[in-house]
Amino acid sequence: MSKTTTGFTNKLEIPTPREKLHHPMDRYLRTERFPHIWCATCGIGTILTAFISGLEKSGLEQEKVAVVSGIGCSGRAAGYLRLDSFHTTHGRAIPFATGLSLGNPELKVVVISGDGDLVAIGGNHLIHAARRNIDLTIICINNFNYAMTGGQAGPTTPIEANASTAPYGCYEFPFNLPFLAESSGAVYVARWTALHIRRLAKSITEALLKPGFSFIEVICPCSTLYARRNRLGTGLDLMKFYHDNALIKHGADTREIDIRYQDQIVVGKFVDKDKPTFLQKRDKFLREKLGEKFIPYKGPQPI
Amino acid sequence: MKADPIGVATGNHYIDGDHACAEGAIAAGCRFFAGYPITPSTEVAERIAERFPKVGGLFIQMEDELASMAAIIGAAWSGSKAMTVTSGPGFSLMMENLGLATMLETPCVLVNVQRGGPSTGLPTLTGQADMMQARWGSHGDYEIIALSPNSPQECFDLTVTAFNLAETWRVPVLFMMDECVGHMTEKVVIPEAGELNVIPRKFFRGKKDSYRPFSFNGSDKTAPMIKTGDGYFIHITGLTHDERGYPVINAEAQDKNVRHLVDKIRNNEEKIRLIEEEGVEDADVIVIAYGISSRVALKAVNDARNKGLKVGTLRLITVWPFPEKRIRELASTTRAFVVPEINMGQISLEVERASRGRAKTLPVPHAGGWVHDPNDILKAIEEGAA
Amino acid sequence: MTYWRVPLDLDQVEIPHGNIQIIVNQCKGCGFCVEYCPKSVLAMSTDFNRKGYHYPNIVKRNLCVNCNLCEIICPEFAIFVTDDKPRHPDPEEVLKGGGNHEG
Repeated sequence: MSKTTTGFTNKLEIPTPREKLHHPMDRYLRTERFPHIWCATCGIGTILTAFISGLEKSGLEQEKVAVVSGIGCSGRAAGYLRLDSFHTTHGRAIPFATGLSLGNPELKVVVISGDGDLVAIGGNHLIHAARRNIDLTIICINNFNYAMTGGQAGPTTPIEANASTAPYGCYEFPFNLPFLAESSGAVYVARWTALHIRRLAKSITEALLKPGFSFIEVICPCSTLYARRNRLGTGLDLMKFYHDNALIKHGADTREIDIRYQDQIVVGKFVDKDKPTFLQKRDKFLREKLGEKFIPYKGPQPI
Repeated sequence: MKADPIGVATGNHYIDGDHACAEGAIAAGCRFFAGYPITPSTEVAERIAERFPKVGGLFIQMEDELASMAAIIGAAWSGSKAMTVTSGPGFSLMMENLGLATMLETPCVLVNVQRGGPSTGLPTLTGQADMMQARWGSHGDYEIIALSPNSPQECFDLTVTAFNLAETWRVPVLFMMDECVGHMTEKVVIPEAGELNVIPRKFFRGKKDSYRPFSFNGSDKTAPMIKTGDGYFIHITGLTHDERGYPVINAEAQDKNVRHLVDKIRNNEEKIRLIEEEGVEDADVIVIAYGISSRVALKAVNDARNKGLKVGTLRLITVWPFPEKRIRELASTTRAFVVPEINMGQISLEVERASRGRAKTLPVPHAGGWVHDPNDILKAIEEGAA
Repeated sequence: MTYWRVPLDLDQVEIPHGNIQIIVNQCKGCGFCVEYCPKSVLAMSTDFNRKGYHYPNIVKRNLCVNCNLCEIICPEFAIFVTDDKPRHPDPEEVLKGGGNHEG
């Protein structure tokens, strides 16, 4: 940061007090809850911004989009969005969202949560929701560790990376999330970093408009824990690392895009295919089997 | 409100408790079911899987019980009436999200057809050993409503009641069957839809900005709910929260939040209470039982009366909240309580606590796998009367 | 981009222009906007905001091309850009080049 630091020369440039400023994304935010809890140079806020841009471009009605989060740093995302938003139990965001989405099929339900929440404790739910092709968009914020609890190793911690429960470095094989999602049946799979902000927003728009189970992994800088423990600098240094080491490769074979410690990160849109959703398949199937006797689920009872 | 006729299978049926429970749920307006197979509760899920497509319901078999419980909470917040069903080991897994359901004050019904435990225990044989887990199973302080039916007919009737209680108090209701009642086949009469009283969800209709998903002001008032997607932009969290649903992490907020969860049930125990008493006024001994044990106890009570003993019965239909006041009243007029239950002594501890030493409490424990020998209960009655 | 002479059609060229707004006290000083602004419009302050962080200052207001990158990369929702009238570039600016990233 020091190289760009300059003096503050022109008095006229003193910015306006915040009370008078309305951020254009305010209508999607619970502004009364700001500033948010995320650390300085954490990327989750940036990903939230991308989500809002993607949501705006999708043209979906604000009231018909619900967000569900689990537990952890990323799990707090739901609490800052002015949408119907749910902060649930650790790992259970996807089954909760499954109930919400099937309960009211008019909704577009988005799950924003972390890698530990969605892939370790919630891993079973992730693969089954993908298998069933439930109409959900999953934004999995991967910061390579359990940050909220103090930087423990998780299912995505690369081999060699240091974590508080891997004090000599991590020696477990990590998950390759896009491969996991694709092989479980997801119809849309992408990976970006918090730096690929416009491409991420575009992916989010595509995923929101895609019926079925869409999965976007977003690599996110964790300054206070992952970066500090591994002496990688600040979140800004990690953003620079992504700038220098991310390779955009749309349609890459997901089997070949493992992430190694401080090595190249392949990003892009890997899967985009069509498949009937759980409800579409169910309704068509049961109508064939039961004929006139079949009564489709009509959503929640009227007021 | 009267039940929707489409879900009411009016007529005389010869079915078991599990099937009757499924019919009760459909009649009560349940249209979302998520579950995972486990003996001896699976028949409930099976009947719902078969019936739901014909009544406009949505059945989904989840990957485990953790997911099932989470899914019904999600469905309840979408505006649906939702249920799940399980047994022993699955009940343990559901405890996690049962805590979420109580914290979010989510109306839903969780059926537990009890089997012998701990662990895998006796999958096909009966037990009543989850009663304390029903009360205290999830971490933290909360109060819960738990019902215990003793016949297939009650499995139907009380499932409807369970949904009504859930809507009235905005609380998950535990339906604590046991394997004997679940697999017992008897006549079940399902009335006309017009004769079934079903409480609909209380939905908020006021200004969007003025909506608060929780109300911690009066202990007998719960806030109305909304349907996700109606533009209220609610935020709901399992963290300690204020009435807006926003997390507040301090002791004052915790006091308000938890006190409300506890008081809304505890202070209204008499309104929620469902018990059946017979001959308790001048009894020397009162047999307190629930579920299948209440039927086995009848034989012992008859035998004791034939021997000239003054015995009364008190059947707990709502086991939780525990009718503490009523037991305390009876404790000053009777000599002893006999508590037969298919566990090593769970509700008997509550009876003992409630009677404050004014009357003796004689537990009749049974480790599970089969019902009591009525003679064991009789012996306890004789001991109490002596 | 740098030119060796002033383009002849310079008076017809219009560059989009944005008006940057900074919510100073919401900033946590990550420096993302300063680092990634393609025109180097921003620099970190030497002052602190209410929370004790350095925040961005607008040092080359004229050069903002309203690309919105600062707005969408900011994790704090603390900076945004509103549309301003497009402007004609100065001949001097064209000869010198626009910003650090293009020099």
